[in-house]
Amino acid sequence: MKISILSFGIAKDITGHRFMDWSLGENTRLAELRTALEAQFPALIDLASLRLAVNSEYADGDVILRENDEVAIIPPVAGG
Amino acid sequence: MLEIKLLDSPLSVQHCIDYAQSGAAGAINVFIGTVRDNTQGKQVLRLEYEAYEPMAISEIEKIARQAMEQFGAKKIAIYHRVGTLEIGDAAVVIAVSTPHRKASFEACQFIIDTLKETVPIWKKEIFEDGEVWVAAHP
Repeated sequence: MKISILSFGIAKDITGHRFMDWSLGENTRLAELRTALEAQFPALIDLASLRLAVNSEYADGDVILRENDEVAIIPPVAGG
Repeated sequence: MLEIKLLDSPLSVQHCIDYAQSGAAGAINVFIGTVRDNTQGKQVLRLEYEAYEPMAISEIEKIARQAMEQFGAKKIAIYHRVGTLEIGDAAVVIAVSTPHRKASFEACQFIIDTLKETVPIWKKEIFEDGEVWVAAHP
């Protein structure tokens, strides 16, 4: 199945893309996607923190991903 | 009642204050976050902000709703800027009305402190000799 991945801030510099299409097996957990992203883009591991959001909500690693989900890579935020 | 905006043009402090006006309130507290010209002794030329817009709006809304409940706020306006900001520009404006003054200070502080922790907005500092995403690395 396919999901889309959005990268922001320094994560966009690291992945090189704002939007990426990503292929996954059925019933992939978010933690597995995180491991795959860190393997492909090791500089993500050096960040002060890294959170993932699914469909615009922060999500834990045990969330099961579904077709067409939108996952956002959220490096340390710095609003205000 | 809430008004939340992400804007790529200068923020109007007066709009936020006007929105927060309430006959049931005895206080309006306003916080303005502005662009500072230095960081750790180094001169900053400007800042570039970006947001994951739908999520930023929904996370700000969660904070505002919590502030209404926790501090009895009547009306809250939160405007945040995105795009390129020059020194002195307002990056965020928060206006909160409450029945009594103490809660208005506390609500404003709660909102800005929480916004900085949870809302998906990022800023890059631009220097003479390079640029850095703020807080990205330990």
